[in-house]
Formats: sequence, C-alpha cells, structure tokens
Amino acid sequence: MLDFIARRLIAIIPVLAVVAIFVFLMLRLTPGDPAAVIAGDNATSDQIADIRAKLGLNEPIWTQFAIWIGDILQGKFGESYFFKKTVAELIAQRVEPTLALALCTLAFAVCVSVPIGVMAAYRQGSLFDRVVMAFSVLGFSVPGFVIGYCLIYVFAIELGWLPVQGYVRIGVNFWQFAERMVLPSLTLSVGFIALISRITRASVLEVLNEDYIRTARAKGLSNRVVLMRHALRNAAVPILTVIGLGIAILIGGAVVTESVFGLPGLGRLTVEAVLSRDFPTIQTVILLFSVVYVVINLLIDISYTLFDPRIRY
Amino acid sequence: MSAITEEVVDSASIAAASTKRKSLWLVAIRNPNVIFGGIILLGMVLIALLAPFLGTVDPTRIDPAARNKKPGTEITMRLDDGTTVKRVAIMGTDSLGRDVYSRVLYGTRVSLAVGISVALVAIAIGVVIGLVSGYVRWADGIIMRIMDGLMAIPGILLAIALVSIWRAGLITVVFAIVVPDVPRVVRLVRSIVLTVREEPYVEGAISVGTPTWTLMFRHILPNTIAPLIVQGTFLAAAAILTEAALSFLGIGIPPEIPSWGNIMAEGRTLFRVFPHNILYPGIFLALTVLAINIMGDGLRDTLDPKMSKKV
Repeated sequence: MLDFIARRLIAIIPVLAVVAIFVFLMLRLTPGDPAAVIAGDNATSDQIADIRAKLGLNEPIWTQFAIWIGDILQGKFGESYFFKKTVAELIAQRVEPTLALALCTLAFAVCVSVPIGVMAAYRQGSLFDRVVMAFSVLGFSVPGFVIGYCLIYVFAIELGWLPVQGYVRIGVNFWQFAERMVLPSLTLSVGFIALISRITRASVLEVLNEDYIRTARAKGLSNRVVLMRHALRNAAVPILTVIGLGIAILIGGAVVTESVFGLPGLGRLTVEAVLSRDFPTIQTVILLFSVVYVVINLLIDISYTLFDPRIRY
Repeated sequence: MSAITEEVVDSASIAAASTKRKSLWLVAIRNPNVIFGGIILLGMVLIALLAPFLGTVDPTRIDPAARNKKPGTEITMRLDDGTTVKRVAIMGTDSLGRDVYSRVLYGTRVSLAVGISVALVAIAIGVVIGLVSGYVRWADGIIMRIMDGLMAIPGILLAIALVSIWRAGLITVVFAIVVPDVPRVVRLVRSIVLTVREEPYVEGAISVGTPTWTLMFRHILPNTIAPLIVQGTFLAAAAILTEAALSFLGIGIPPEIPSWGNIMAEGRTLFRVFPHNILYPGIFLALTVLAINIMGDGLRDTLDPKMSKKV
C-alpha cells in the first residue's frame, strides 16, 4: 500500500512538471517584455527594472525557470501589481468563498445524485428512469450561468426568499452565509448531479447482473440492503472516479458561478486577473487549481481500496 | 507478387469496412435521437445562414432612443436616408438600444462556427498526435506525459489562460478551446491504434510489406472514424458552452461580434429589470447544446456500442 502511494506520488511529478512549464512559458509567450507585462500599464521604469532583476530576465531561459520554480516551491508566488498585494495574500483572502461553494456543491450533488442514480438503475426503463436520464442530458446542456440567473429570477426576485447576490463570511454571520450559499451551490450542482447520477445508474446496472446480487436476494435481504450495501458499494469505484474527474467541472463552474452571484472567490479573482492582465495572479491560480485537481484524484485513487477490498496494490 | 497480394488484402478489407460502415450509417440516421437532435440543429444552421433574411436589422446598430425596451415594444427606427420605419422588437433591446432578436439570430453563427471549428481542429490535431503516439513507441512516453499535464489543468482555466496570452478574438477563442480538447482526442485515437495494431489483418498487412503510411491511413485510421464522430459531437457541444462562458465573463468574443455569451454579458447589469437579455440567448444556447448532445447520444448508441455500454 505504502509502495503504491509512493509510486503514485512519483507519477504525478511529471504531470505537475508539465503544468509548471506551461504556466512558466505563459508569460514568456505573451508579446512584449515580461517585466513590463507584470508591472502593468502604470508602472515606472524603476519598478520594471526591479522586476527584471527579480525574475532574472537577463539570464538564459533555463536559469529563469530555475529561479521561478525555486520561488514557487518556497511559496513566493510574486506580487500582483494590479491589486497591490502579494499573490499569496490575495489568494488567502479569496479562498474561503470558493472552498465553501465547492464543498456545499459537492455535498449536495452527491447526496442527491447517488440515490437518484441507484433508483434509476433499480427501476430501469421506468418513467422515473427516463425522467432521470432526460434530466441528465438537460443538465449537461444548460450552462451554469443560465441556470443561475433563472434561479435568481424565481427565488430571489419574484419570490424574494433568498438574497440575490453577495457573500458574507462564515465567521461573521453563519445564517447570512448559509442563505447566500443556497442558490450558487444549487446552480453549480446541476451539471455535477447530471454527471454523477448518470454514472451511478450505469455502474449499478452493471453490478445488478452479478451473481452475488442474486445470492443476496435469495437469502432474503431487503431491497434497501441489497441496493445500498451490495450494489452501491461494488459500483463505488467508477462513481468515485467520476467525482474526481468532475472536480475539473466544479472548478470551471466556480469561475462562472462566482461571477453570476458576485462571490469574491478564486474564480472571480481569475477573471479579474485576466481582465487586468495580472499575470502573477493568473499563473498562481492556474497552478493552484491544477495541483488541487491532481491531488484530489490521487487521493481518490488511493481510496479505492476502502470501497473495494479486491483492489490490492 | 507482393503488390498483388497487397492489393487483394487491401481491396478485401476496404470492401468489408465500407459495407459495414454503410449499414452503420443507415442505422445511425434512423435513430430517433439522431433525427430529433438533427432536426433542431438543422433549424439552427438555417437560422445562422438565413439570419439577414429573417426580419433582422444590423445587430451592431446602436440606437440611443430605443434603449432597454421590453420584448414586443414598437420601435421607430430612423434609417440612413432620413426616413423612419416602425418595427416591433420581438425580444426587446439592450442597454445600447441594439435589437436583441437580431443579435441572438446572428449569434447563432458564432456559436455554430465555434462548435464546428473546435471539433474539427481538435480532431485533426488529435488524430495526428494520437497516431504517432500509438504507433511510434519511443514518442509515446513523451507525448502522453505532455497530454497528462495538459489534462491536469481544468479545461476552462486553460482556455482562460490562453485567451489572456492571445487577447480575445474569434480565432484565439477557438484555439483556446481546442488546446484542452486535444489530449482527449489523442487518448481516444491512441487507445484505438493500440488495440487495432494487434489485429490479424494489420499483422497480415505488415507481413506483405505495406508501407507504414498506407497502413496507418488505410488500415488503422478508418477504425477511428466512428468513435471520433461521436467524440466530435460532444466536443462541439462543450465548445459552444465554453465559448458562451468565456464571452459571458467578458474574456471571449469581443462585443462587436454578437455571440450568445456576450449578449448575456451585456444583460447582466440590468438583469433584475430586463431579464430578456439573458433569457432569449440562454434558451437558444441551451436548445442548441441539447440538440447536439441528444444527437451525440444517438450516434454513440449506434456507431460505437462499446462506448455506449460504459456510460
């Protein structure tokens, strides 16, 4: 097991290296002097010279990469000249809304979609199954921002049940935080629910044909026990895999959802950084999201053994 | 001698492949999902092509006198020669007085163009890299590590990063969406190449001395066509959504070219009072993507039964 974890950890090094090279080259591929690009439009020539020296721009590109990666590994992500802060501070400020949104969405989506998927598989071909499948195609097709605005229109403007936009920190007022999380999480969940319920249905369907399900039924176990303990647990691996891959959708969706609901999170920060061509911030956010994505998928790979003892590493 | 056997082997396999493909196509176009999605999509294509003749006005025409009109309002338009005409703004106008109906109809062009070109370009690049990766063993390791790295960056973020380098425009947006899609096509093509190259008919073709290029294009590539068409429809659907998201965020297609995403971006500020700016392009967007996805499901069920079992 430890051997497997070590091997998987080593395997993510080349992946992250490619990501790092891409993020590094991003700035070098933009037309113009990278120092001037980082400094922004209102920079003085002293500032530009300062950045030049820091990045080692007069050195060969390999040395520049070494300096850059060395800084990143030490947690020095550079300075955002647009926001007048270090990138690390900026990200620390913006991480809470995104994390809250992602966790609420994940929890809600999994709680809704797994039971739906199991029921659809159990009643394959029924009206319920067809409605679920139709919904899942619809969920893939309607973009998050359209769903978001529809929800805002119905629940916040017409009915007035929930606030339209904005964010309150969880430590400031939990109740206000919670009511501002409902619509964004709901919006972001739709695509995720479509994805997970579809996969749950498919993998449970496959498992339901297995001999041990017949055995479980034959020995008189209730439907609930057969479905939850025998079928779902054996179908868990593909479901977990899809949840892991779906993190990419979640991150992409957060960028859009945060913009719709005015949440001051990392997604919104990415867009603001692109609009103001604030490269140190764009680079760090992409690096951060990619690392999170890779690490979550690594953890999911490792967790397979918990659900399926047949998997031995 | 070898030339003759090669010809025999070739013509036999091609004949077999083409009859198989023909019957598959016939099944595919009879699939209800393909028909349903295809009809909606055809409607969208017609709207895109015929946009100037469907009672639209210049979608970029700014009219300060007709700002923020609700759907169905009658607007008096002053033409260049000084005469005035009355016309009903079916979908209202935006905050610059531009006609939303015209913008939505012209926006169809951008979305379809982005969807089709992203799918074609991603497949073209992906097929070449995938063939090389599956066939040339020493290149495989390097190529796949690069592809894994690209896939580790969430697609829309990668697109955002590329747009930030290249600045917004139709072509840069297309390429920014293509780059994250390429690894997916490469993986698909590579996996097919790896299975097919072990097939007896490929070994047979190698044994009679078929040149590598002939082998790749006549014996291996045809196997990828059906899965790639299925993949292509899903890529097109996702590309249309990504373009809309980028334009909606204000980092995609610039506002001079009307696209569903940037019409919605324009409608964001006044959404509470005038939801129509978001509603109508949203309906068109969802309908188009839905049609492509339904068609893709149908194509997958008929053309690629192995894959349809998986999902």
